[in-house]
Amino acid sequence: MSTKRIVVTGIGASSPLGGTAPESWSALLDGVSGAHTLEYDWVSQYELPVTFAAEAKVRPDTVLERPVAKRLDPASQFAMVAALEAWADAGAPEVEPERLGVDFATGIGGVWTLLDAWDTLREKGPRRVMPMTVPMLMPNAAAGNLSLHFNARAYARTVASACASSTESLVNAYEHLQAGLADVVIAGGTESAIHPITVAAFSSMQALSRRNDSPETASRPCSVDRDGFVMGEGAGALILETEEHARARGAKIYAALVGGGVTADSYHITANDPEGQGASRAVRMALEMADASPDDVTHINAHATSTPVGDPNEYVALKTVFGDRVDEIPVSATKASTGHLLGGTGALEAIFTVLALRDRQAPPTINVTEQDPEVPFRISGSPLALGDGDQLAISNSFGFGGHNAVAAFASV
Amino acid sequence: MALTNEEVLAGLAELITDETGISADEVALEKSFTDDLDIDSISMMTIVVNAEEKFGVTIPDDEVKNLKTVGDAVNYITSNQS
Repeated sequence: MSTKRIVVTGIGASSPLGGTAPESWSALLDGVSGAHTLEYDWVSQYELPVTFAAEAKVRPDTVLERPVAKRLDPASQFAMVAALEAWADAGAPEVEPERLGVDFATGIGGVWTLLDAWDTLREKGPRRVMPMTVPMLMPNAAAGNLSLHFNARAYARTVASACASSTESLVNAYEHLQAGLADVVIAGGTESAIHPITVAAFSSMQALSRRNDSPETASRPCSVDRDGFVMGEGAGALILETEEHARARGAKIYAALVGGGVTADSYHITANDPEGQGASRAVRMALEMADASPDDVTHINAHATSTPVGDPNEYVALKTVFGDRVDEIPVSATKASTGHLLGGTGALEAIFTVLALRDRQAPPTINVTEQDPEVPFRISGSPLALGDGDQLAISNSFGFGGHNAVAAFASV
Repeated sequence: MALTNEEVLAGLAELITDETGISADEVALEKSFTDDLDIDSISMMTIVVNAEEKFGVTIPDDEVKNLKTVGDAVNYITSNQS
């Protein structure tokens, strides 16, 4: 059981639903889809089998000043935009640099920078490859740049566990705060990898939805006719803080981060363990850390990517923890609206979970034409009321490599 | 046709502004890249790579350390244009 209470005092997001966290949340509640047909020459040039994705609503280089933006890969640009919003939302906490940390994840890193440099090398030779190439493409570029910008000197770390990455970052930050090694942490994750290479690669592995004629309805977790995930991009950032520190400065508090669980499957490099053992252990760990029981959980933000195999596997995993009550807990599968932000997805969904607790409503799961009887989560096409009592929610993220990460949040 | 010193200075100022955000007005011949303009080594190399492309010159790595001021760079570029 934990000793300190860790609270969320700021949120920021740049997502397919909006350029800020409040805009993203509002569009999510309205049942909006962030997916659309990609209008790039490379889609037809390479005859990509999938022609749509959920691009971020606002390009980050239109928000940041040019000298800042041009030294950052788009993934780090999204991270900077989200972190700036979260920091301002938290009231720009006064904290000693040695007590401020950064825990910022990515699944893939600076893929645009790497492949642009490869094009430059082949077309113009090595002399034209920019000196900033490596510091822009490295996976820790976002964490390093946030540390630099916010003068965070406690630590700056990057988790890379594919689609579990940014939930794992939150758990790491939680543990770092629990250990007394920082008072405030800027935590989250980012991704900007809607690139012909990744679209081609995810298509090759049959992971993506092929509904090219209907991008907005393509991501349909829990629906019987789901056929794969939809690529998304963007970032989410949360300001995590010890309650003591937050109270002392009179900060507003959204919710408490009360526990986290991280496990590995050791089953298959991409497939889920069909029995969901690693996932269910991660949920149990998070609840134990929160000193809570499965009966206390009132809301779940599911990983639910809309793949044929992944969604029922998550249901199986949660059923082993919650028993038959799993069918009664309001569940949100928000990738239906946002697409899958890979390394950014856990942070964005954590923000949605925190806002669900604040507003006491579970956001809708859109696009379900007919719910799959093998995934009978309690989802709804419109927001579900969570009631007035104390709320405890979990947000799940699972990634290639067999990574499972779960964060637990409580209402305040 | 070779560019004049003024044209090279204006072009170089554009590259410096683009890389660092420093106003083009501040980019004058007597300014030191490090002491006056606070340009770090990685930005300097970025500006060099972009200047080579823009002005069609080669600036060897050994030569870069001799380019202390904006004027040094302008002189090097104008006297080495093809």
